[in-house]
Parts: sequence; structure tokens; C-alpha cells
Amino acid sequence: MTKVTMTVNGKARSAEVPDNTLLVDYIRENLRLTGTHVGCDTSQCGACVVHVNGQAVKACTMLAASAEGAEVTTIEGVAAGKDDLHPMQIAFKENHGLQCGFCTPGMIMTATDMVSRYKEAGKTLDEHAIREELEGNICRCTGYHNIVKAIADGASKMA
Amino acid sequence: MYDTTYYRASSVSDATSKLAGTEDGMFLAGGQTLIPTMKQRLAAPSDLVDVSGIDALKNISVDGEVVTIGAACTHAQVAGSSEVAQAIPALASLAGGIGDPAVRARGTIGGSIANNDPAADYPAACLGLGATIVTDTREIPADEFFVGMFETALDEGEMVTAVKFPKPTKAGYAKFPNPASRYAMVGVMAAQTGNGVRVAVTGAGNDGVFRHNALEEALGANWSADATQGVATDADDMLSDIHGSAEYRAHLVSVMAGRAVDNS
Repeated sequence: MTKVTMTVNGKARSAEVPDNTLLVDYIRENLRLTGTHVGCDTSQCGACVVHVNGQAVKACTMLAASAEGAEVTTIEGVAAGKDDLHPMQIAFKENHGLQCGFCTPGMIMTATDMVSRYKEAGKTLDEHAIREELEGNICRCTGYHNIVKAIADGASKMA
Repeated sequence: MYDTTYYRASSVSDATSKLAGTEDGMFLAGGQTLIPTMKQRLAAPSDLVDVSGIDALKNISVDGEVVTIGAACTHAQVAGSSEVAQAIPALASLAGGIGDPAVRARGTIGGSIANNDPAADYPAACLGLGATIVTDTREIPADEFFVGMFETALDEGEMVTAVKFPKPTKAGYAKFPNPASRYAMVGVMAAQTGNGVRVAVTGAGNDGVFRHNALEEALGANWSADATQGVATDADDMLSDIHGSAEYRAHLVSVMAGRAVDNS
């Protein structure tokens, strides 16, 4: 067992977990934050994407112990309040950027990460760039079209 | 995943001494290959010594004609480094094409080359650019480092700490990714270096990354995509699987070499 301490969605959280606990299992099973999904469990689908120290990572491919001391943000932490969704969440809703919704938490976390990275680098996040950036997030319902539209819309609203 | 014991190393000497005391331990860097391998129970290290938090391994520096990249630098860091982009644009572009953005945020250069996956990108960069792999005890030329599929010249408990890339006159990388896994079916790094033209191929060889002498000769005589056409690759030396036959990969090698030259 190992003791892990990290800040999750602004709150200090700490627990004793088996050393081989994945970050996604810690988030879902220990913290009961079940918005972060496990799709493929093989680092491909991106349903488990969370932010660790401001970077989008696949929580199924990182040990909880490796996130010791980190700032973690999950889908539950992006909205300012229950009736005050994040601009990217609103954009997904307004552009119908989902069907079943299983991949959506990971899509939103990847989307906000790409917007902030492109902004920081002074690069333009055009449609082609959005599609390239979604390489690690798989959706089996929508065909991506409305997801791409939603991210472009959300990006403009985050500006 | 089997049980394991986790330890976070604070320095290189802390990491190597900790690993030496384990029964069957492994270094854990970004974990983008090791963790999936452990989940599949294809690896069962008794201990994991996490080296991803060692700050001394996270630096990128350019000193004259040499770019030195710390072993714990992530692919995202290398891809986004203006210093690397200026000194060796082909290296920055190669790093930016590994996996996907979330994988690049965790995966490291040291982890990639220590694993020496036959379809990984970085081995082609190291071999094609004639890099030197720095470990906690010595320096190993790339020509001697990549011994075979998943095999390197690293001794038991030896740890990669940095990779030194000499600036090439010109270099380009091109890969044909597997449409599903995005690993290289064939990836070619072609470079004009101080020691002549070097061409390294990943993803294709049945013994891991290799230098392609015939392409080196052809491009040494004429640095152009045209020169790669018709340069033969022996299909007997190629991987063959459901994604592509050995003959298909052999053909792709010269095609991707041509694209690598175009990218240079």
C-alpha cells in the first residue's frame, strides 16, 4: 500500500491505495467521481482523459502514485457551478456534440487542453488542427462532425 | 495488473541504488508502454522505481552543434521546444507525431529508447541522426545501443539519463502509421550528417530499428526522393503481420525514405 495525496478539483484528497492502483480507478472507486470513464483501458479511446498539473493525460495509463502532489482536474471540476457550465460544455450541448455521451467527458477534457495549449503557443486552432488533436479520443456514435464544431465553438467562447 | 511495489526516485543515484535492491524491479518513466504491458500481464516487475519526477532529467539544451535531451523529457516537451525546432526540426516533428496528445504529455524519450519497441519512432531518430545515449555510467553510440527487438546494450540496472543529438546538415522523418494503433508500419529518418548520409528504418525490420546501407549510398550520391526509387529492401528481413506483409513493408521503406527526403 502507498499513501497518495493530491488536489482533485481544488480539494485536497488523500488515501492509502495498493501500489498498482491506476489513477482512473482511484478517481472512480476511491473518490467516487464517476464522470471520468474507462472505455478501452488500453490507452486508445480517451474516455479517461483528466488534467494532471494542467496537462491532458490518460488516467488509465498512469498510476495514482505517480500523481502524488499533483493538481488533478476531472470533468466534475470544469463547471463553475451546477447551473454555470463551462463554455466547452455549453458548446457540446448547443452543437449536439454527442450522442450516447460516453466519450464526452474525455472529449471535453481534451478540448479544453487543446484550446489552452494552442492559445499559449499562439497557434490557430482550425478545423484541421482540431481533428488532428482528437487523435487520442474515440467516439463511436457521432462521426466526430459535431464534436469538431462544438470544440471550435467552445474555443471561441473560451477566448 | 500483478502486485508491485512503487517507489518515487528523487535523483539518478537514488533511482539506481533503489533498483539494485529489488528482486525484479524496473524503472518507470512516463509509463505509456510499461503500464499497458503490465495490464496485459506481459510484464510483472516486483518493483517500480518512478524516475519521471527527477528534475535533472527534464532539461533540453543546445550547446554548439549538439542538442542534449534529458531522459525524462516528454514527447510534448521535445515537440514544443523552440530550441529543438530550430536546431533539428526533424526531431521536433518526429516527437510531435508519437501516439496522441495525451500520450505525448506523459511518454518520455528515455523510456522509449530503453524499451526499443520495433515500431517506436525515437530509435529511428537516434540511429538516423547518429546520437549518443548517455547513461548513469557511460556513453553509448546509437549504432551500438539498439541491439535487437526490445533489446538494448543497457546493462542490468543501468539507466538512460540523456540523449545527445549532433545537429545534422539536413534531416527528415516520415512515417506510415498503422491506421489503428498509429505505431509506425514503416518510419524512416534520413539525415546528412558530418559522417555522411545516415538512413534508419523503424517499424519494418524483424529485428528492430536498422540502418539501410543501400539507401545511404543512393542518397549519399544524390540527395533526392528520386534516388530512393527502386532501392531494394530484402523482404526476408521485414516484419509480417495482419497489418502488412513483409513485401509490402519492404516496398514502403523506399517510399517513406523518399518522403523523408522531401520533408528535410
